[in-house]
Amino acid sequence: MLLNEILSKYPKEEEYLIEILLEYQTSKQNHYISPEDVTRISKHFDIPESQVCSVISFYTLLSMTPKGRYVVQVCHDVPCFVNDTTSIYDKLVEVLGVQDGETTPDNLFTLEITECLGCCNEAPAMRINDQVFTALTPAKVEKIIEDLRGEVK
Amino acid sequence: MIQEKIVSKRFGKVNPLSIDSYIKYDGYQGLQKAVTMHPSQVIDEIEKSRIRGRGGAGFPAHIKVRALANASGTKYIVCNADEGEPGNFKDRMLMENDPHSIIEGIAIVAYATGATKGYIYIRGEYQNAIKIIRATIQAAEEKGFLGKNILDKGFDFKLEVRSGAGSYVVGEEFSMIESIEGKPGRSRTKPPFPTDKGIHDRPTLINNVETFANFPHIILVGGEEFTKVGTQSSTGTKLISLSGNVKNKGLYEVPFGTSIRDVIFQLGKGVKNNRPIKMVQLGGASGPIIPEYMLDMSIDFDRFENFDSKTGTGAIIVMDDRFDLFDILLIDMKFFVHQSCGKCAPCREGHIQIVNLLNKFKSRRATEKDLMSLENLAHVIQQTSLCGLGQTSMTAIISSLRYFRDDYFARVRY
Repeated sequence: MLLNEILSKYPKEEEYLIEILLEYQTSKQNHYISPEDVTRISKHFDIPESQVCSVISFYTLLSMTPKGRYVVQVCHDVPCFVNDTTSIYDKLVEVLGVQDGETTPDNLFTLEITECLGCCNEAPAMRINDQVFTALTPAKVEKIIEDLRGEVK
Repeated sequence: MIQEKIVSKRFGKVNPLSIDSYIKYDGYQGLQKAVTMHPSQVIDEIEKSRIRGRGGAGFPAHIKVRALANASGTKYIVCNADEGEPGNFKDRMLMENDPHSIIEGIAIVAYATGATKGYIYIRGEYQNAIKIIRATIQAAEEKGFLGKNILDKGFDFKLEVRSGAGSYVVGEEFSMIESIEGKPGRSRTKPPFPTDKGIHDRPTLINNVETFANFPHIILVGGEEFTKVGTQSSTGTKLISLSGNVKNKGLYEVPFGTSIRDVIFQLGKGVKNNRPIKMVQLGGASGPIIPEYMLDMSIDFDRFENFDSKTGTGAIIVMDDRFDLFDILLIDMKFFVHQSCGKCAPCREGHIQIVNLLNKFKSRRATEKDLMSLENLAHVIQQTSLCGLGQTSMTAIISSLRYFRDDYFARVRY
């Protein structure tokens, strides 16, 4: 969706800034807010660009650097750690060929270690964009990535 | 039966996306009854129930509700669904399985306090819960349980969903208020407390999801009746998020007073492969780490207060003997390095130094002086941090220094 469409959906009040940034970022294939976007948003609200940037840099779900089409977030907190999330992360490094925070050269996947996803009852867990995957095994992870690659082709 | 279901009684029995299915199962009966009472009587019932906040701190709920009721002018209600504490998933399960009970609880408090606007702040990672709650609010508005002239009683209440954006500290009251105002979630100095000056400097009441979900039941059965479950200091039930190396991980609801051991062994069916338990962390990353011999401790706010922590969220993370205390502590402390908002020095700088010290223990390079530094620094962070994050983050360190001191000594190089 275009930024203008999203901006016009909300009242012109600063308290909707985070909602707007999230919705716009989710709608973009590369999941980030560009410097040009920041300029347009700050003009819309008539606030300094630094204020928009301070919000984006504070919240980990918001980004000012481009990401892959699929953002793969693996939980690495204690409940997942004791259920062997390390083997899940290692498998992802192997099949994607990138480390934490990196994007594959084809811009398809970004791998991230993330905080608790609140699925500890089905640990280990990961999230790809808005979808959560639980009770993972290395084999299951390989299949999920393979399927996503197949979808794109 | 060790479980006693009050807030989870409808799980699996109602369709969370159908308001009619909720109504058939006593749904909105608490609100219907509340509006026949005087608002102050509603608060009296909450006071008689002696319910304490389910978000972790265990503050008596009626004090905040009454403070908001006594305030004049514009005032707000916030439902804190920013469940970011590792090891917790109870609020997600409540939102996904019985969302209307939360909405009903919020509407009851709106009637009792005269608040006209409310927010339910859900963490951004919980996309499914956000969708469900949005649909739930719409359904409740269509049936006249929210919005204008609720149940024809002439009171209005507008409820809005706000999505979090990946910040743990926003679970803290003032950080959440800042975030709802569209700003970075950095806490404020207390006092004034949110019930005096919250969102846009107006009185604001913030309660946890599970606390709100208890209110319809309290109004329906009466405050007195509610106290028949639980203990003297902690009435009612507690949702427990059980995770780690147990056979049956999951969400359970038990009366206060139940022992941690019973939850792990009777409900969780014990440890996988019957390995011995090395340690159990209560509440989440900001909770104490206790040894196996303390598991007979009962789940009770007063017992938890001994740890100065947010143990009251009800998470139990079980770790078997394959795990090293320092791996666990490092995961917890790196989490806080990342999650500190940076506003106050003890939290911003302190957690980084704690991680440096723990790395020395992990790699067996620590000295006796490092042990002293760790202990001192942990207390400095706990006592001088601005908000709940730094005030509770050291619980795992301080408790493990008490109960696993030998693990530390074993890593000290003399």
